[in-house]
Amino acid sequence: MKLTLKIWRQKNKSDKGGFETYQLNNVDTHASFLEMMDVLNEQLIEENKIPVAFDHDCREGICGACSMVINGRPHGPLKGTTTCQLHMRHFNDGETVTIEPFRANAFPVLKDLVVDRTSFERIQQAGGYISIGTGSAPEANNIPVNKVDADKAFDAAQCIGCGACVAACKNGSAMLFVGAKVSQYALLPQGHPERMERVLNMVAQMDEEGFGGCTNTGACEAECPKEISVANIMRLNREYISAKLSVERE
Amino acid sequence: MNWFLNFLNSTVGRKIVMSLTGLFLISFLLVHCSVNSLMFLNDDGLFFNEAAHFMASNILIRTIEIFLFLFLIIHILQSVAITRQNMKARTISYSGTSSTSTSKWYSRSMGILGSLILVFLVIHLKDFFIPSRFFDQLGFDSNGTPDMYSEVKEAFQNPAYAMIYVFSMIVLAYHLLHGFQSAFRSLGIYHKKYTPVIEFLGIAFSIIIPAVFAAMPIFFLLKK
Ligand code: HEM
Ligand code: SF4
Ligand code: FES
Repeated sequence: MKLTLKIWRQKNKSDKGGFETYQLNNVDTHASFLEMMDVLNEQLIEENKIPVAFDHDCREGICGACSMVINGRPHGPLKGTTTCQLHMRHFNDGETVTIEPFRANAFPVLKDLVVDRTSFERIQQAGGYISIGTGSAPEANNIPVNKVDADKAFDAAQCIGCGACVAACKNGSAMLFVGAKVSQYALLPQGHPERMERVLNMVAQMDEEGFGGCTNTGACEAECPKEISVANIMRLNREYISAKLSVERE
Repeated sequence: MNWFLNFLNSTVGRKIVMSLTGLFLISFLLVHCSVNSLMFLNDDGLFFNEAAHFMASNILIRTIEIFLFLFLIIHILQSVAITRQNMKARTISYSGTSSTSTSKWYSRSMGILGSLILVFLVIHLKDFFIPSRFFDQLGFDSNGTPDMYSEVKEAFQNPAYAMIYVFSMIVLAYHLLHGFQSAFRSLGIYHKKYTPVIEFLGIAFSIIIPAVFAAMPIFFLLKK
């Protein structure tokens, strides 16, 4: 099939950038979106032009690297799917596809479609971990965990840190991501000893990075490739309120 | 004290302030709407005037009224702070468009809806609140009570004026349609059992209260 691609090109962080239009005449409907981008880049290289820079790594929907906004939607039109898992059969012959980087001031564009998501890493470093050595897998029945909480923690742990929630949110809010990370530990006994400090530090870092606040529009949940529930944001609010009220340090 | 200010200034804390003040305003709407509904009685407003006079002169009500204005001002100031912070967090919007929207338009337009409510409130307070609190601007009904009823009746018999009210109540309905349930979420209240109940009450409240308010100007227009 034929596609017209309208792609955001930007040389570097300080370049103003703008859209360029490209024509692809022979797109395989079985190709993934990233494979289609590879074909475009080969074509550009043959024409002695600079290929389009985009992030990708696993190409199997688990690393969260493939950040792209396709026709106004992070990771494209398909529910619960990363860009790398999106196939060209979901597009129509002759269609114009607009491809742009994630937009949020906490995710500055580095080049073309590549954005700097180290702000997420700094939030993680602020508390998204357990600070004891966990050793090898312990005997499963040593620490009882109820099934409902285990399932919720597992659902939250599916977050791949891709940033689509931020890209989807009109406020550039990272609350779904942070909510998932906080929930994943708050729901399990191993996460309990540090839960207060964790939520305080992670929210403080989130605010410092310049992410916006949640206004409960629900766009994040709708675009999340792992379908992380907004219930995690409410848990983040609860955790934060109770930590602020109970922690003794100022 | 430092921790508390720090809390109120965080993205989570700001929404809590928004939520608590919003919920207070919601409780006020319920009282205000109930009292005003007395205007629908067929008694030339005698009972309504009595109730309005009570609301205007009772010391407890007047004290709560001070908090009402305080909370309204906080709600507005905080909404400016939140909206500005959120606009700063994303300054470029997308060029691509998709036919499916992932969020409701009114949930994305709370700042605009709120500002329209504010414009309405200025008109409303100037025309009704001030006369009702400074009785010398009012006449008296056959019971000798300050006659708020005639004041309202006269204003609403102007169709353009009545239409401003009806429009503003539609705006309020959308503000509440998002705001009511959002306020609970901002407080961290989200539960499989209770959230559907809150959402149902929110929709009912957002439709019924503005509809009853909007019925008042229409009622007087038809009575003319
Ligand atoms: C009777 C009048 C009003 C009522 C009952 C009301 C109620 C509410 C409620 C319940 C919320 C939800 C809070 C939350 O999401 O946590 C809210 C949010 C909001 N209100 Fe109001 N409000 C009123 C007037 C106003 C006015 C006059 C303005 C602005 C000038 C305003 C601007 C906003 C904004 C910007 C939000 C934030 C919404 C968001 O976070 O998405 N409101 N309001
Ligand atoms: S919550 Fe979803 S959209 Fe946000 S970073 Fe995690 S996986 Fe990506
Ligand atoms: S490339 Fe790893 S999730 Fe898409």
